[in-house]
Amino acid sequence: MKEIRIHGRGGQGSVTAAELLAIAAFEDGMYSQAFPSFGVERRGAPVMAFVRLSDKTIRLRSQVYEPDYVIVQDATLIEAVDVARGLKADGMIIINTEHNPEDLPLKTKAAVRTIDATRIALDIIGKPIMNTVMLGAFAGASGEVTAESIKNAVRDRFPGKVGEKNADAVQSAYDMVVGP
Amino acid sequence: MSGKLKSGRQVVEGSYAVAHAVAMCRPDVISAYPITPQTHVVEDLSQFVADGAINSRYINVESEFSALSALVGASASGARTYSATTSQGLALMHEVLFNVAGMRLPAVMTIVNRSMSAPINIWNDHQDSMAERDSGWIQLYVEDVQELVDTTVQAYLIAEDPEVSLPVMVCMDGFILSHVFEPVDLLDQKAVDEYLPPFEPVSVLDPDNPKSFGMFVDPEYYMDFRYLVEQAMERSRSKIQDAARSFESAFGRYYGDLIDTYHTDDAEIILVAVGSLVGTLRDVVDDLRSKGASVGLLKIRAFRPFPADAIAEVTSGAKVVCVLDKNISLGTGEGAVCTEIKAALYNSDIRVPVIGFVIGLGGRDIPVSTVQRIVGKAEDVIKHGIKVESEFVDLKHSLVS
Repeated sequence: MKEIRIHGRGGQGSVTAAELLAIAAFEDGMYSQAFPSFGVERRGAPVMAFVRLSDKTIRLRSQVYEPDYVIVQDATLIEAVDVARGLKADGMIIINTEHNPEDLPLKTKAAVRTIDATRIALDIIGKPIMNTVMLGAFAGASGEVTAESIKNAVRDRFPGKVGEKNADAVQSAYDMVVGP
Repeated sequence: MSGKLKSGRQVVEGSYAVAHAVAMCRPDVISAYPITPQTHVVEDLSQFVADGAINSRYINVESEFSALSALVGASASGARTYSATTSQGLALMHEVLFNVAGMRLPAVMTIVNRSMSAPINIWNDHQDSMAERDSGWIQLYVEDVQELVDTTVQAYLIAEDPEVSLPVMVCMDGFILSHVFEPVDLLDQKAVDEYLPPFEPVSVLDPDNPKSFGMFVDPEYYMDFRYLVEQAMERSRSKIQDAARSFESAFGRYYGDLIDTYHTDDAEIILVAVGSLVGTLRDVVDDLRSKGASVGLLKIRAFRPFPADAIAEVTSGAKVVCVLDKNISLGTGEGAVCTEIKAALYNSDIRVPVIGFVIGLGGRDIPVSTVQRIVGKAEDVIKHGIKVESEFVDLKHSLVS
């Protein structure tokens, strides 16, 4: 089983990202579970959402304490929240930032990947909503889900033009992370 | 019609899944009060009605008291009825709950289990429904979203059985199950229609053939009415089993009848829980068994009627029983399930120690490590006997001392 923790701020669509990831993983043939950290939602406040992926039925109902992956939607959270807490040493943290991994004040033995998801979102979607972009980056960096399933989940959730733009942003982030 | 709703296996929110299951049961009347604490369950159902996807009459009322009161009238006139509520909303229904059961109206309600104020807290525990255990409602607790869907359909079959004719609460853990997205088989209308026949009320309000429901009775008769409710509760035991088995025949899924067991046959330590915590416990049992520990799990699916005989049978060979209660019966120092299990065993010849753990109140998370510590305490009881009969788990001692 792989466990994922998503950090964001209220309004950045972290819970939606978790749901879309669970839907995409299911389409890829896995069992999945997504749930929010059950806080009282406030715009701008730090929030968390969790995802579990497994090839067996997922029965565990606790929060995620030792994630295999951490997704950080907003790099300013690094100063407010211990985003790498419990992250497995052989895990990976993916951060939305324009900076390079070595420039970030992170205490972790895990791999650190960065992507300027806000820039991609602004360029392709036209809004600084980077949750779907981060899923594209996650698909590329982790290989746990396919970009195609993420795009299908995104198109299904946001019908029409919005969904298409988001799907393009997913692909763009995926390509950027995977490289040529 | 309900053909507009997608069936089949997909990832959806728990609340949507139960709304879908309710829709497949073709309720005539849905009544709810749409304010916090409420859930997506009735929001989704009102959407189905607004979209014309289901044919139900949706009544938006001004309080939970009214929500259930509206169902009293609807159910007495022969309608299949549904509502959902949680925590304070259920408490506000308290008076009406007894009326529904006393009038033998087979309403079905989803209880999204949440804590009771004060202090104000919107998170999960079982205090709300456990506090209504004497109301005459059958109470079924579910472990995951699929069981929630399937038990919702079973609930109507049980409630409307003429030999039962009692209301049923299907209790699901707030947030943990109501807000989770996970794969679930959404039921097909035709399959549900085959499993669940239309509601044939035992007795209906009819202007052409006037009758009284819930009328005044003096001491000459009151007690006998209460006895009849208890008898119906007794009869519901076999009906809960039948509904689970016939569901298995029709849909291929089975969750136990009044209880379910997991590796209890040879277990020295038996963990007992209700609701979604059971899932976590299954993982813990598998893990500890792989390391040689003799641990098993008893899941209480029906808390009312209480499965005393089944519990006695399952625990008869154990060396210790650990009851994990997401509620506290204040003044007893332990949760309601723990008290009732001790009562169930007292007059038997089983002398197994029963220890209680009040856990997860107000949404306090229950990590695997916490459960492992409980099993460690159980091992101590086997070696040294009971030192502490019941305790609050993961208390912040610095705050309360």
